[in-house]
Amino acid sequence: MPIKPLLISAYTLVNALGQGKRASLLALQQEKGGLRPCDFEDVTLDTWIGRVEGLQPITGELVAFDCRNNRLAQLALEQDDFSKAVAAARERYGANRIGVFLGTSTSGILETERAYQNTDPVTGDLPESFQYRYSQSLFSVTDFTRRYLGLKGTAVTQSTACSSSAKVFATAYRYMQAGLCDAAVVGGVDSLCLTTLYGFNSLELVSKSPCQPWDINRSGMNIGEAAGFALLEVSDDLGVALLGYGESGDAYHISTPHPEGVGAVLAMQLALENGGIEAEEVDYINLHGTGTRSNDASEDKAVVQVFGTKTPCSSTKSWTGHTLGAAGITEALFACLCIEHNFIPKSLNTNKVEPNLFANILLDKQTQPVNRVMSNSFGFGGSNCSLLFGQLI
Amino acid sequence: MMQVYLNTLALIAPGLLGWQASVPILTRQTPYKATPLPRFSPSFLPSNARRRTTVTIKLALQVAQEALEASALSPKHLSTVFSSCMGNSEVIDNVCRALSLPDKPVSPTYFHNSVHNAPAGYWAIATHSQMPSISLSAYDASFVAGLLEASALAIVENTDVLLVCYDHTAPEPLSKARFFEAPVAVALLLTREQIAGSCAKLSLKLIEARIDSETQMAEPALEKLRTGNPAARSLPLLQAIAQAVSGRIILPYLDDNQLVVGIEPC
Repeated sequence: MPIKPLLISAYTLVNALGQGKRASLLALQQEKGGLRPCDFEDVTLDTWIGRVEGLQPITGELVAFDCRNNRLAQLALEQDDFSKAVAAARERYGANRIGVFLGTSTSGILETERAYQNTDPVTGDLPESFQYRYSQSLFSVTDFTRRYLGLKGTAVTQSTACSSSAKVFATAYRYMQAGLCDAAVVGGVDSLCLTTLYGFNSLELVSKSPCQPWDINRSGMNIGEAAGFALLEVSDDLGVALLGYGESGDAYHISTPHPEGVGAVLAMQLALENGGIEAEEVDYINLHGTGTRSNDASEDKAVVQVFGTKTPCSSTKSWTGHTLGAAGITEALFACLCIEHNFIPKSLNTNKVEPNLFANILLDKQTQPVNRVMSNSFGFGGSNCSLLFGQLI
Repeated sequence: MMQVYLNTLALIAPGLLGWQASVPILTRQTPYKATPLPRFSPSFLPSNARRRTTVTIKLALQVAQEALEASALSPKHLSTVFSSCMGNSEVIDNVCRALSLPDKPVSPTYFHNSVHNAPAGYWAIATHSQMPSISLSAYDASFVAGLLEASALAIVENTDVLLVCYDHTAPEPLSKARFFEAPVAVALLLTREQIAGSCAKLSLKLIEARIDSETQMAEPALEKLRTGNPAARSLPLLQAIAQAVSGRIILPYLDDNQLVVGIEPC
């Protein structure tokens, strides 16, 4: 039986395309990507990144939470009157009845990296200024956001690598259905750090040039950073809503997707099923589309198996970089922008699709009615999540 | 109020090696004595995976395996929830050490084990399960957050759920920034309906205020363990189940929020 749709009554996002909904919308419509040659800290890797400008220190009551990841969360919370929308919801539901469910993969690990670079030469201890709880702890960003928004109910951090902030939608739905909260703030925040830059580089997955999803010459991914938040409510109001979700495991390999995309197929089928939607009704698929040889080949097989070769597809990771634990929410919110503004972004930097790949990859932006969008997020550990969004009419 | 049924459970902590061995200690028939944990090597893991995992991943998978082996349920139909405050601290330590060296030589094996859902990934590989799996963290409230997540999953998705909550002690110097008394792991296999093999009905009520003192352990060494590892916050619940009588316990959640758990033996 289809799930009861959850209205996205407010949302906001920041990423390499800029701050707030309008910046992302304009960049996607005017075809201005956000990647730049890597200029993060003292990183010497030959690659491109999706860095966010304008991060400000956290001051005041929550100063202990000051770290790059929470600064990124703060920057997003300040955009699009999102905090005001949550404050109004707080009045309606009560601070105890709004849950906070956020995804991150590395949280504030940059602080731990810095602490290890500054250990005491005699004792080997980390500097006293390092506070694990408020920086690297996976719960830090959720704790920060919950306090920032003045909420006092349920909260948890999901961390399933690159599917983290897609799966929070499913968690929020279940918490609401089970009566643990009446509304939910979902989202994801992941910030640049050396762990992911050098880590993905060690796996030979990082591209020296801007990534080219599905391209015959694709050579890997670019790392980006982003934050995004959405307020979910049970409502009869008009607007864009979560219609379905599907979660599955690959049961194949810890860091390589299943070559036939079996887990991805299952996730997409489950999302269609619990959205009560046929594959033909989907107007656009926002792909996971990292630009690695293995992801794109595996995802292509899965998409073609479920949808055939006609449904328009693109990856927006060539616009923002792969924002890892924030990719799910970022691309879910791009799906909302597409539905609200009736356009589909092209797969930036994809010049010539690999002949062995058969999904309908858009090499040009399309302007057309967009009512149903699927967003795919697949992560290490074989963690797959597909989300289905649509206009409530 | 949510109600779920407990099928089997497993526990690993110093002096508490497995559920059957822990019952007389939790019911105070046998005195508690903390003894160091052996090295675990979960037998259901393929040998190549066993070689590539860390002590934290092995701890989580060992307790998961024990709960599964005590049950008649098939792992292929179990959804899983893995909850941990800190996750894989050995990997964090290794990667951060590498990043403080001039060439930043991060090990690819360590890096791919760095994801918080690595235990879930290895579980899926070992059991060939494609069921949904959630990996989460809620600092000191990680056990209650896991129990809420697993119960909501069981009830809303109508699925059996294996909840695994674990935290291993971190290596130095990280251990000083986040201290755990000892490694602790607990696994609870939950079902939506009562089935053959159900041992207790759990009624969960989230209270958005502090109504009473949280339930403590009478034995001082176990009380120290309870407050010294987020996974050990489960001990009062495990004790109530070991006693096999109806009861009610209070677990701390976030801020002043508490989870009241009613326990009725089946």
